[in-house]
Amino acid sequence: MTPQSVPYLPRGVRCAHDRVRGVPVLLGPERVLMLDQIGTEVLSRVTGTQSVRAISEDLARTFAAPRDQIETDVMEYLGDLAEKRLVEFKHA
Amino acid sequence: MPDLPLAMLAELTHRCPLMCPYCSNPQELTARDRELTTEQWADVFRQAADLGVLQLHLSGGEPASRRDLVELVIAAREAGLYTNLITSGIGLTEARLEALNDAGLDHIQLSVQGVRAEIADRIGGYKGGFDRKMQVADHIARLGFPLTLNAVMHRDNLDDLPATIAMAERLGARRIEIACVQFQGWALANRARLQPTRAQVDRAKGIVRDAVEQMKRRLVIDFVPPDYYSDLPKACMSGWGSTGLNVTPDGTVLPCHAAQTIPHLIFERVTDRPLAAIWHDSPAFNAYRGTDWMPDLCRSCDRREVDFGGCRCQALAILGDASAPDPVCRKSPGRAVLDALLAEEGKADDTYIYRRT
Repeated sequence: MTPQSVPYLPRGVRCAHDRVRGVPVLLGPERVLMLDQIGTEVLSRVTGTQSVRAISEDLARTFAAPRDQIETDVMEYLGDLAEKRLVEFKHA
Repeated sequence: MPDLPLAMLAELTHRCPLMCPYCSNPQELTARDRELTTEQWADVFRQAADLGVLQLHLSGGEPASRRDLVELVIAAREAGLYTNLITSGIGLTEARLEALNDAGLDHIQLSVQGVRAEIADRIGGYKGGFDRKMQVADHIARLGFPLTLNAVMHRDNLDDLPATIAMAERLGARRIEIACVQFQGWALANRARLQPTRAQVDRAKGIVRDAVEQMKRRLVIDFVPPDYYSDLPKACMSGWGSTGLNVTPDGTVLPCHAAQTIPHLIFERVTDRPLAAIWHDSPAFNAYRGTDWMPDLCRSCDRREVDFGGCRCQALAILGDASAPDPVCRKSPGRAVLDALLAEEGKADDTYIYRRT
C-alpha cells in the first residue's frame, strides 16, 4: 500500500447501521466489527475512487489536523483491515 | 439483561447426501416432515434481525437439500441479515448458484473432506462428491462469491494440511478455516478413530504458523486446534447465551448446536414462543449464562471472562456433569479423565461409524 493506492471494500464486505444497537458496523465473511468514530470517518471515504492520500487530505481538512500524521493512522487502520481481507487496493 | 446475539446458525434441514463421521448434527436427526416451512423460517429471520442478529449462517445438514433455498436467502436479505451459506456444494447446480447470486447471498463457506477424491469421497461416504465439489468451486469463483474453505481435519487428513492450504489458494478462497474435529455429535461416536496424534498436532501448528506469515493479505487462515491437546479450554460460543444461537430444523432454539445432549435442559421452539423471549427468559439460555453458575474453580479463576469455563457439552460428555469445569483445563480435576482417554486413542483403526439419516 502506498499513499496512491485506492482502497475499496471487496464484494461481501459492507458498512451497515446496526439499528438495534444504534452503532455503525462493518460486515464481512463471518466477521462483525463495531466501528468507532475514526473507523466510520475513514470507511465512509473508502469509495473505490479516492486514494489513501486523498482520504487523508480530506480528513485533515475536516479535523484540522496535520495530514502526515493522519495518513500514517489511515494506512495503519486500512492495513489491519487488509490483513483480514476486509479491504483491498487498486494500485495506481 | 443479557447481551444480544450477533449471529444465528439456522439448521434448515438435517438431510444431507454426505455421511461424514464427524458431522456436528445430533445423533438423533430431525425428519423432513418436521422441518419449518419457508414462511416460518422467514419469520425466524425477521425476529432474529429485530433481536440484534447481524449475521445469518444457513446450514444443515446440507442446506441445498431445501428446494426453497433461494427463497430463504431472499427472505434473509430482506430481513437485513448478512447471509452466509455453509454447504458441501452437493446440490448446487450452476443455475442454482446464479439464482443465489441474484438473491443477494453474501458469502459461501464450502466444506472439504480431503484434497484428493480417494480420501474425500471415503470420508463423505459419497462417490463422485469430490469432483462435483471442484466443479461447484469453479462456478463459485466465476460468479465472484467471496469464499471460505472449511477444512475439517482429523487423524486421517491432518498430514495433508499443506496441500489443503494450497487448495484454498488455488480455488480462490479468501479465507480458510482449518477446523480440527470437535468431539460433539457424530464425531463423539468416532472419537478414537478421528483423534489426531500429538506429533501430528505439533507439526500442524508449525505449518499453520508459517502459512499465516506466507499468505498474509492473500489468504486469511483461522485455525481451530484440537482442544484435547490444549492446556486451556476454548471459549465455547464466546460464552453460553452471549453472542450466538442455533435454530434446529424443527425450530428448537439452542445456545449451541450440541446443547440438546444436556439432558436436564428443556429447549423451546420458535413456533411456540417469540425468539426474543426464548433468548432473554428461557431457563436453558440462562442455565450457564455469565459466571453465577460456575463451580468455585472457574469463578475464582482470572480466565472466567476469557473462556467462560469452556464447553458445557464437553464437560457433560467426558465427566457426565454439564456444570463441571471443561476437562481440557489443566487446573481441573477432570483433566486426568481426558488424559486417560487420550492415552487410549490415536491408536484405534476400526472403521468409521457413518452418519445415517
